[in-house]
Amino acid sequence: MNFPTEGLTIPTEITTTHWASWWGGVQMGPPDPILGVSEAFKRDTSPKKMNLGVGAYRDDHGKPFVLDCVRKAEALIASKQLDKEYLAIGGLGDFTKSCALLALGADSEVLKSGRNITVQTISGTGSLCVGANFLSRFHSASCDVYLPKPSWGNHTPIFRDAGMQLKAYRYYDPSTCGFDFSGALDDISKMPEKSVIMLHACAHNPTGVDPKPEQWKEIADLVKKRDLLVFFDMAYQGFASGDIDRDAWAVRHFIEQGHNIVLSQSFAKNMGLYGERVGGFTVVCNDAEEAKRVESQLKILIRPIYSNPPMNGARIAATILNTPDLYKIWLEEVHGMANRIIKMREQLAANLKSEGSTHNWQHVIDQIGMFCFTGLKPEQVERLTKEFSVYMTKDGRISMAGVTSGNVGYLAHGIHAVTK
Amino acid sequence: MSLFGEVPQATPVAVFKLSNDFKEDPNPMKVNLGVGAYRTDEGQPWVLPVVKKVEKIIVADNSLNHEYLPILGLPEFRSSASKIALGEDSPAIQENRVGAVQCLGGTGALKMGAEFLRRWYNGNDNMKTPVYVSAPTWENHNSVFANAGFEDVRPYKYWDAEKRGLDLAGFLGDLETAPKHSIFVLHACAHNPTGTDPTHVEWMQVAEVMKRRKLFVFFDSAYQGFASGCLDKDAWAVRYFVTQGFEMFCAQSFSKNFGLYNERVGNLTIVARDADNVRRVLSQMEKIVRVNWSNPPSQGARLVAITLNTAELFAEWKDNVKTMADRVLLMRASLQAKLQVLGTPGTWDHITQQIGMFSFTGLNPKQVEYMIKERSIYLMASGRINMCGLTTKNIDYVAESIHETVVNVQ
Repeated sequence: MNFPTEGLTIPTEITTTHWASWWGGVQMGPPDPILGVSEAFKRDTSPKKMNLGVGAYRDDHGKPFVLDCVRKAEALIASKQLDKEYLAIGGLGDFTKSCALLALGADSEVLKSGRNITVQTISGTGSLCVGANFLSRFHSASCDVYLPKPSWGNHTPIFRDAGMQLKAYRYYDPSTCGFDFSGALDDISKMPEKSVIMLHACAHNPTGVDPKPEQWKEIADLVKKRDLLVFFDMAYQGFASGDIDRDAWAVRHFIEQGHNIVLSQSFAKNMGLYGERVGGFTVVCNDAEEAKRVESQLKILIRPIYSNPPMNGARIAATILNTPDLYKIWLEEVHGMANRIIKMREQLAANLKSEGSTHNWQHVIDQIGMFCFTGLKPEQVERLTKEFSVYMTKDGRISMAGVTSGNVGYLAHGIHAVTK
Repeated sequence: MSLFGEVPQATPVAVFKLSNDFKEDPNPMKVNLGVGAYRTDEGQPWVLPVVKKVEKIIVADNSLNHEYLPILGLPEFRSSASKIALGEDSPAIQENRVGAVQCLGGTGALKMGAEFLRRWYNGNDNMKTPVYVSAPTWENHNSVFANAGFEDVRPYKYWDAEKRGLDLAGFLGDLETAPKHSIFVLHACAHNPTGTDPTHVEWMQVAEVMKRRKLFVFFDSAYQGFASGCLDKDAWAVRYFVTQGFEMFCAQSFSKNFGLYNERVGNLTIVARDADNVRRVLSQMEKIVRVNWSNPPSQGARLVAITLNTAELFAEWKDNVKTMADRVLLMRASLQAKLQVLGTPGTWDHITQQIGMFSFTGLNPKQVEYMIKERSIYLMASGRINMCGLTTKNIDYVAESIHETVVNVQ
């Protein structure tokens, strides 16, 4: 490079800084527990190894699955030769409308009266980030958010980073590998008014344990009595039972009961659009006027994070949701994914029985969605990994998506070996 | 009683409101000189030919899927994007002390950098470190740093309205008096909104003061290639600072130079003292990414990575970039010439001296209002125009309008 030298003393070689690095005090961040599982799996040379840490769907050959409706939508979009102009801060209108419709249902009074605001977000994480920061800024009545015990690992840092106080309510009962209904009700009854309560709409992550409809009804009543602000996280609509309306039942019930909820949606799993980062954040308001005010503040919040959201995934999702033929295919494919998971659950339980296990594995079938809380203890998990090259998180959680008809027998064998 | 009953209506972001008003204007002569996006001579958005080509490649490649990217983004994108900023032969890259985070556009890169600095720079969670942004600057700079927690975001002198150029003495003066360790946001090239960049000699003076006073260098590079038409020329300042041994951040946007506005393609390039520091910094960046968006969108990054890493496509891209830059330069020359011919009062050399997408015309708020209301020509209240909004078809009307405005409105 040539540097002009008029009037200045210019060094010609690289000068070193006169001081130590700015970053001398930056500690090495702790390794991500789930990433660690994948890394170790990669290094394992056993031909029978299984990665049950992954939170992404796999087909029966253990391969990533690109939905046919997605490929068709992409072809449609490509043929339109669209431009790449900035989206609005709140995202693609065709997407946000259909995103809200999917969650709330065609009969929704909320949609009819226009009293919701739905913005496009960077998948579920981005939605939770926007939501947590919105509540932190505008929900002055309380800075407490109650998460179920356990919850998705990333919930805690998201809310903490937004400046909220993390609290918990009983949820998972390790003695039954099921729902601690009475514990949950007890804890909810003691929550201070106006606290935020986080509810997983369906396919609870990481336990796979969902309340039954009658239980949801009681929870809704109690939450109303306690005057709590409900934050629904719905990352698996359609993916849990295979039926999008069934999976949205709790969300819709709460709204019908008069709860003005806030809601995060992700299309990572149910449309297989993981890396495209497609999500939505909805605030159900009192009326359309309030929704407009809330919208204006959401924009103010979003602009300094990333200005406006990415187009590609939202365009694909909107095309699928708004094109009847593609929508039909999508419903079938979502049903197919959910069904494969359900089948694997059944096969795993059956195989454990035929292995001769005397334990009760009913929870494997009762739990729903991508994840299964096996009930395995850390020492058993360690043995399963060391002796059988089955990789999962220490809490005993397995991703059913990593199970195939080809390896379910091997998995059952391994689980039986470490639990008998 | 609603929990959100007290939520006030926020004032809309100015540049988007301007576009809205333009849309609703029925005047057939209307011209939009607001939002910063490239337009062809037909006034249309332009999807770069190389982008169309690469999109076809991606669609045809059945081995590609939509799986999650790593938290820090697509590796091939990150490294090739940093190479673009720092140069293939960058000593910092050769010494293995460069890291990068794929982010959501230039805004996302600024956000990640700001969040990291607040947590880890000049102590831990030190909200009091002053952050200096140019006067004027892209308005979102203020919000990005304020929302990251910095309590003291202040202007440094930059634009001299009277002489319509750089206030170098003011700039250097603010550098001399800034508290040690202050963070300075520098525009790598094509300053937004003024279009006025320091010369090489002026940059060297800035660097000298910053080094001596231990100020933090945070470059915002949103127009590389777009300013002069040459990638290396536009990266001169960034690369000079690297040779001066600075540890620094450079927020890169590929919105304009790739025309990928809505795919949100950005990169935060980190230059540190050594590989170990880079490693630790990146590990902490992952934590910040995780609570904001978990991992970045794949489409745009894939597109850029394939382009930058394939020789013929890279050459074609540079050509496309030059096409855009050349049209802007042509419009600058045309506008200045027409104003001279019209005899419009004042000097208009700044139009050709300024660089990049924007020009600070020097029109005052009243004159701007006149332009909008009477002539349906939409520009920012600051007098900033987007040169890309000019075409061979509307440039006469715009020149005449500026003339009429300057003559009739003071």
